[in-house]
Amino acid sequence: MNIAFELNGKPVEAEVPARTTLADCIRHHLMQTGTHVGCEHGVCGACTVIVDGDAVRSCLMLAAQASGAKVTTVEGLTPAEGLSALQESFRKHHALQCGFCTPGFLTTAHALLTQEPNADKERIRHVLSGNLCRCTGYINIIEAVCDARSAYAKSDPESR
Amino acid sequence: MKLPNFEYLAPSSPAEVVALLAAHPGEAKIIAGGQSLLPTMAFRLAQPAYLVDLRNVEGMNRIVIDDSGVRLGARTRWRDIEDDARLATAHPLLKEAITHVAHYQVRNRGTVGGSLAHADPAAEMPCIAATCEAELTLLGPEGERRMKAADFFLGPLTTALSDDEMILEVRLPRWPAQRRWAFLEFARRPGDFALGGVALYYDLDAENRACNTHIGVVGACYYSKRLPIAESALDGKRVDAETARAVARAASEEADPTSDFHASAEYRKSLVGTLLERALVTAAQRTS
Ligand SMILES: Cc1cc2nc3c(=O)[nH]c(=O)nc-3n(C[C@H](O)[C@H](O)[C@H](O)COP(=O)(O)OP(=O)(O)OC[C@H]3O[C@@H](n4cnc5c(N)ncnc54)[C@H](O)[C@@H]3O)c2cc1C
Ligand code: FES
Ligand code: FES
Repeated sequence: MNIAFELNGKPVEAEVPARTTLADCIRHHLMQTGTHVGCEHGVCGACTVIVDGDAVRSCLMLAAQASGAKVTTVEGLTPAEGLSALQESFRKHHALQCGFCTPGFLTTAHALLTQEPNADKERIRHVLSGNLCRCTGYINIIEAVCDARSAYAKSDPESR
Repeated sequence: MKLPNFEYLAPSSPAEVVALLAAHPGEAKIIAGGQSLLPTMAFRLAQPAYLVDLRNVEGMNRIVIDDSGVRLGARTRWRDIEDDARLATAHPLLKEAITHVAHYQVRNRGTVGGSLAHADPAAEMPCIAATCEAELTLLGPEGERRMKAADFFLGPLTTALSDDEMILEVRLPRWPAQRRWAFLEFARRPGDFALGGVALYYDLDAENRACNTHIGVVGACYYSKRLPIAESALDGKRVDAETARAVARAASEEADPTSDFHASAEYRKSLVGTLLERALVTAAQRTS
């Protein structure tokens, strides 16, 4: 079936079998491999993307269910030059080691701080509990997200 | 694993949804949020030939609050309940219970109707529906019918819904402002399915004794239902420490969990007792 949506600000189209998940559509058909796939059944959060402003698991959404939507992946969070404030904060706090989980944490945290720039540490911990990381032990990820809050307090949500 | 093959259909009205279900008896399944169905399909526990998506059906995600209570459209997401400030007074038990459902990303997709139809005894919404005597509105090829939650849940992942029927909405009866209530559960990590949980409410009669007690459990019953023996242990009594212990003991005996990978049946029974005793203390201390 033919599917059209907006990926990181650009209109895209793909011809996919109905069973294609949004994750596989983005990776295999649109060749944006920043979105990672771990468990393929909704438990690890590695595949998190932002659909119409909300963080969702792209392995638990059909590509067909995204037609007409605005989809943002980790590629879309990254400015043309350098890194975003959230990404800088991950680097500063050593919030990644192997990096497999990182796209999922970045998209989740970006959606959260865009919608709730004043999220307290408890809320951030709670939200990030849906993402698994086998390397870092989470503490540095939480620190990085907390530290990035100031960048969102000022930013205009429409400018994503 | 990748999903099995199917044909994808996205009709725009409830009548078309049930017509498609009826046209492919036993072979078509509704998809709402997909947060339970897609993992089930990835594991090949379900392999429907047709998926009928509700995404283009308008008006099924409304939360209506009026004198008769709260009506949740089947496509209401967990996120919508979380964001609706009116529910803090219109149905605090629902609002509190739903804070425990799944993780952030799943909450942005998962729906009330999907959870009720999936009927996992470890899920919060079926527990709330059973505990609060909710009424479901179902639509089939012959038209609408209404059904009490007590008649709807028949077993684990088993309901009275026919292959060609859909859930349109669920109604929770009006919530009096003075009502005493609590919802407590225990999970290893927030958002995971609970090892056990309890939902409780009661009203007070003129002599300050409990009446109209309703108790339900999460993850510690064969299917979502009330615990009538524990309820009658509270009705007519003043809620003090001794009564709380007796009611908790009754609930612990009455719960009928199964043992699994996560916890034994004995552990879950004991957990229900502990949580209910704490819930009774919380409820008694709550002033309206
Ligand atoms: C990692 C993870 C953790 C989770 N943790 C929890 C938890 O702690 N507590 C909890 O309660 N849930 C949990 N869930 C499940 C989640 O809440 C699901 O969203 C919910 O159970 C199903 O809703 P859905 O809209 O996604 O339904 P779907 O997956 O789309 O459908 C589920 C079933 O319902 C049927 N269906 C859907 N809508 C209708 C309708 N209107 N009429 C008739 N049939 C319908 C479908 O055919 C299917 O059989 C978790 C899920 C995941 C992936
Ligand atoms: S790959 Fe989607 S949650 Fe694990
Ligand atoms: S950095 Fe390796 S899994 Fe998170």
